[in-house]
This record gives sequence, C-alpha cells and structure tokens, in this order.
Amino acid sequence: MNRLSSRHVLGIEHMTVRDVELVLDTADALKNILDRPIKKVPPLRGRSVVHLFFEPSTRTRLSFELAAKRLSADTVSVTAAASSVVKGESLLDTALNIEAMRPDIIVLRHPLSGAPHFLARHVNAPVINAGDGANEHPSQALLDLFTVRERFGRITGLRIAIIGDISHSRVAHSDIRAFDKMGAEVTVCGPGTMIPPYVDALGAKSVRSVEEALDGADVVMVLRIQKERQGGCLVPSVREYAHLYGITRDRLRLAGPDVVLMHPGPVNQGVELAPDVFNDSRSVILDQVTNGVAVRMALLSLLIISDTNREGDGT
Amino acid sequence: MTDLLLRNGRIMDPANGLDGPGDILVRNGRIEAVGHGIPAPDGCLLVDVTGRWVTPGLVDLHVHLREPGEEYKETIASGTRAAAAGGFTAVAAMPNTLPPNDSAAVTRFILERARDAGNARVHPVAAITKGRAGKELSEFDDLLRAGAAAFSDDGSPVRDAGLMRIALEYARGLDALIISHAEEPALSEGGCVNEGRISTLLGLKGIPWAAEDIAVFRDVALAELTGARLHVAHVSTRGAVEIIRRAKGRGARVSAETAPHYFSLTEEAVLGFDTRAKMNPPLRTEEDRQAIIEGLTDGTLDVIATDHAPHSSLEKDVEFPLAANGIIGLETAFPLSLALVRAGRLDPADLVRLLSTTPAQILGIPGGALRPGDRADIAVFDPERPFEVTPENLFSASHNTPFLGTTLTGRAVLTLVGGRIVHNLLGTGGRTESP
Repeated sequence: MNRLSSRHVLGIEHMTVRDVELVLDTADALKNILDRPIKKVPPLRGRSVVHLFFEPSTRTRLSFELAAKRLSADTVSVTAAASSVVKGESLLDTALNIEAMRPDIIVLRHPLSGAPHFLARHVNAPVINAGDGANEHPSQALLDLFTVRERFGRITGLRIAIIGDISHSRVAHSDIRAFDKMGAEVTVCGPGTMIPPYVDALGAKSVRSVEEALDGADVVMVLRIQKERQGGCLVPSVREYAHLYGITRDRLRLAGPDVVLMHPGPVNQGVELAPDVFNDSRSVILDQVTNGVAVRMALLSLLIISDTNREGDGT
Repeated sequence: MTDLLLRNGRIMDPANGLDGPGDILVRNGRIEAVGHGIPAPDGCLLVDVTGRWVTPGLVDLHVHLREPGEEYKETIASGTRAAAAGGFTAVAAMPNTLPPNDSAAVTRFILERARDAGNARVHPVAAITKGRAGKELSEFDDLLRAGAAAFSDDGSPVRDAGLMRIALEYARGLDALIISHAEEPALSEGGCVNEGRISTLLGLKGIPWAAEDIAVFRDVALAELTGARLHVAHVSTRGAVEIIRRAKGRGARVSAETAPHYFSLTEEAVLGFDTRAKMNPPLRTEEDRQAIIEGLTDGTLDVIATDHAPHSSLEKDVEFPLAANGIIGLETAFPLSLALVRAGRLDPADLVRLLSTTPAQILGIPGGALRPGDRADIAVFDPERPFEVTPENLFSASHNTPFLGTTLTGRAVLTLVGGRIVHNLLGTGGRTESP
C-alpha cells in the first residue's frame, strides 16, 4: 500500500523503514518534473497547504512552497516573529483558527521542540514538521537520504560522519536517526559542548578527533556553526573551531575515495568548511537543495493520498 | 459538634507504637480514648471502619494553594478540600502567590481564608526574601507572630550563598525553619527536562542532576556552618540523597522531603512532549528513583510531601518548553505511597511516619499522633479502594497530573479535622448510636 503509517510527519523517530523507502521512491518518481519546462502536475489541485513559520527560514520555506505549487496546491504562508510566540501568543489559538479555515496540510517551523507534536494533537489536518527547536527536521533528513542514495545507489553499510554542533542541531538529530534507521553507520564529532549526552540513543557513536570521524567516511555531513555560540558560550572562538573541526581539503583525504560532502546550509565558508572545499566536485550541497523540492513534493502528495484513502475508508 | 466513635479500624500511630485493631472515640473535637471495645456514648455517631486504616491526619509540608492571585488554578478552599480528600488535615502553603507571602498581612489573609473554608489546617510558609527576589530578608519575626510556620523562596532558589547564610543565621536566633528549594540556576536555566537520554531524544534543554546536588550541598554546608535547621524540599537525585545521608551522619540539623512522583515515575513520562509530567526538579532516571526509595527506606528522606502545584490548561496546554512546572498531588499521594508498601519497600508504619508524624514534628505543629487529649485530626483510608483519577473524581480545581486517566489503589474515605468530618466517602457516615 502506498501510504505512510502516520497521518503526520513529525519526525524520523516516528517513521518506519518502509515509510522512508516510500518517500524516497516517490521523490524519485517526482524529481523529473523539476527538469520539465512546465513544472506542474495536478495531484494537489484544489488542496490548500498552509506554511506556518515561526522562525526565519529561506530555503526550507521556499522549498516547501515550490513543492506545493508544483503539485498544484493553493499555498499560503504565515510568518510570525519568534518573539511574539515567546511573549505568550498562544499556538493553540493560532492552530484552532487555521483549522477553522480547513487547510489540507499544515507545514510548521517553530523554535520550540515539540511544537508540531502539540499542533498535531489539536488540528485535524496532517502536520509536517519543518523543523522544531533542536528536536527534528525530518524533511531535511529525507532529502539527505535521497541525495546519498542517488549517489551510492544504497544507504545500508555506508559510513556517515556528522561534524559540528550535534546538541543544538535538529538536522543532526534527524539525520542520525534517518541514516541509522536505514542501515548506515553514523559517527559524530564536535567540541564537547556540542555533543549531547546519550548521543548513542539517537543512533550514533561519538569520536573525539575529526580525523577519526573522517577516516573512511562515505559521507561527510558538515553542520553550520552558529556564530552566536562562540565566545564564553560553547567554543572560545570561530577561529579555534575552524582549526579543530573545520573541513579542509587535507582532512577530506582521510575519507573514502568516493566521499560526498554535504551541508544543510547556509554555509559559513571558512568556518566549518574551507572555501575551496565548498566548490569541490565532491560537494553535493546544491544537489541537496534540488532534491529538497522533490522530497517535499513526495511528502505532500503521500500525506494527501493517505488522508484521502482514510476518508474513503470511512474512518 | 457530633461525637464520633470509629469502631474496629486498624489504628496506626507509630508515634505511640500502635498498629492493630481498635476504636477511637472523638468528643468535643478531641480524641477522648483509643482502645478496644470502647462503649459508644449517647448520641454518638458510630462509624464502622473495619478493615480500614485509621491514622493521624496526614501533614503535607509542601503545597501551592495559589491564593492570593491565581484563584483560577486553585483557591485555599478548593486546595484544602483536595487535601481533605487525600487524607491531609494540615498543609504548609508555599509563598509563591501573587503577591508573594512576604508580609504579615498576606500570612493573616491566608489563615483567615483557611479558617473560613474549614477543610484542612493551613500553615503558611513565608518568603525568605522580600518579593522572593533574593535581595533582602523578609521580616521573619513579624511573619512568625502572624502565623508563618517556616520560610522558603520555593519556586526559586536563594541564588546568593551569602544571603542564604544570613537567612539561616537569622532563623537560628528565632528557632525558625528554612526550607531550601535547592537549584543552581546557572546550570538549570532554560532547562525543562532531566538532562540525559530523554533531553537528547526530544531535543530539549536539560537540567542536570548536578544543578540539584550542588545546591543541596551548598545549603547543607551552610546549615552546618550556622547551626540552623534546614529542610530540603523535593529531593529528586541520587546525589542529593547521598549528600543528605552524609550530613545526617555528621549530626547536621537537616531534614528532607521527596514527592510521590520522584519515586513513582522517571523521565520517560515526558516522552511525546507530555506537559503533564513537566515539573521542577524534573523527573529523573530509574537509578535516581531507586535511590529516592532507598532514602525513604533508610530514613535519609524524612518526609513525603506532594509539591501539589495546580495549573490550568492555559499553562499546560502549550508547547512543552513554555508549559508551567508542577503537578497536583494531594489526592494521589496516599495511593502512590501505598504502592511502596505493596512493593515491600516500606512498612505501613513508615508510611504514616513519612506522611504525618515526621512532617508535623518538622513543622512544629500539633498532630501526627493519636493520643487521648490530642485534637482529633484523623484520616481513615481504605487501602483496597480503587481510585479512578478523573476530573470528576478530583476535588482540586486543577487536573494537571500524569496520573490522570489511571486507576490507583487506596483512598481516604473519612477525614476529620478537629473532630469535624471534612471528607466522607462512607455513604451515610455511619449511624447514630441510641441506647
């Protein structure tokens, strides 16, 4: 059956291996649409997708909006400053109002972990988590899986190194779960202040030196270092971070022969990635962006199919 | 006031070494006699309590009654009604109200409201510092004269170790009790669950055990330095239990409480971002839970207190990190504690000590025993009675508890305060004996 096991996409944690495969296969089938002159197909015609972004986002929002439009959905975007959320404007109230307008899918980006789970408890429409706090960013992990599978033809058995701020990165949380779930071996590395306790519970092992993490890696996933975290906070300086953990051409030689370099963006060139590496042929960073649209089209269409079937079932 | 004869109950009064079948005669609000085959005087209400536990009324060292200021969560009347329903005849009310209880006027207001409600006795705990702001001491003597039972900035720690020292020294001179909310804010701020496996799995900022251990160590050291009495509130970590155990071994004047949730649940309860299990200190690990039970068993932890913290859906039905800390506990404390007896971890007598005798002693209030002449603050429990925790069955004005929807075993069926029936699930309430 071509439907997801859950009505919502809240996190990789809640997806089965079959769910993931279904999304990747569907994205595969949809990707060629992006290369056509007229990039529009009808599966979501007459459907409405609400993009609710409580946090600034350029690429994720654009990617979701384009995905929805290419499936012929009517889309609206609501952005709210994170500050107004923190000031106590009720997400519940917002949710109930949006629900009253009968959207078919809600895509939520929120600075607080668990906000999409909360929303999903209070609305009928399927909810897609487009990033919640430091918890999960499932569509990013799915597009990363897609990009890797496209390159290697498989995920099982690959060695994935994730370098950077694992603690505060929802991308890392989702990627670790996703690659682990699909049979890859995930190693993380970063300053001690950026490695969460019990990272093995997510499905990764942690090593101290970046060299050890890169050794024989098939995929090197580099995370963005947020500059506001330096200085008396989590690292003494960006300079020291770059020195200890920055991915340079030299370090990349330790990786496997067919290594691919990934980054969820936006990249701080010269910090986590040396500039010459960003433009390296081994980088698939822009492929990730392209694939993001295909994967999000897959998620949207699968949720609509699942929901339609459910209505048909009379459940 | 009707006189009352509780007949054929299991009389449990560890303070007087009693545990066995017997009767209690209550006259004029006081215990007149405890014994076997007490004849019923004329006009006395006869209550058959066969198979039930008859204990001194429970004493809760730690509740939040929310009045004044947040009456939509709980009032003194509803909170004390919940207390009575849980078998509690006296509660210590924490000062984090609006305005906070840092003045004789607020203390007197609380006492007046409690008297009007007439459900359970209320012992106001006043703030250590004015406005609970951690800057200057409240007027301890004035507050004590108005009826304050102890001092605490509960809800917040006293950040400044120097000020905490001064509070303890000043309290020593008045023989007043300081209750420590032990938390090192530099380590806990922004956290909303225990730091560990669950905080990683949920992407939430954690509160490490060290935030509690460091603060408990600090306040225990200050108590020893000053010779003052210290009571440590809501102990939740293995390390804190160990620090208190060692301090007691040295003869420090330290007592400590834990809450039923810390020996009943672990951090796993918040999975799925369940705000009903969000509290401070947070639920910890299984290892901590076992250490808490061990602390209750060996006497390191003196008291089970509820930290009854009512919140409405406005505070709880929100995104997890924004949700208020705390759960209600007055009505679930007895069955949850009883589960430790069933599991063979505590004796029934321990239970009465932890929930009644010792907290009364620590607070320095009458109660905690069933001696002839004592005022008749008595609870009767049916240890087998199923208690379905539903909004309809709760007397508290709030329903924020992770046990909502579960069925617990054991419930107070009759509660007397000063000989007056304040809670009664025995139906007719017995029959009046007429010769």
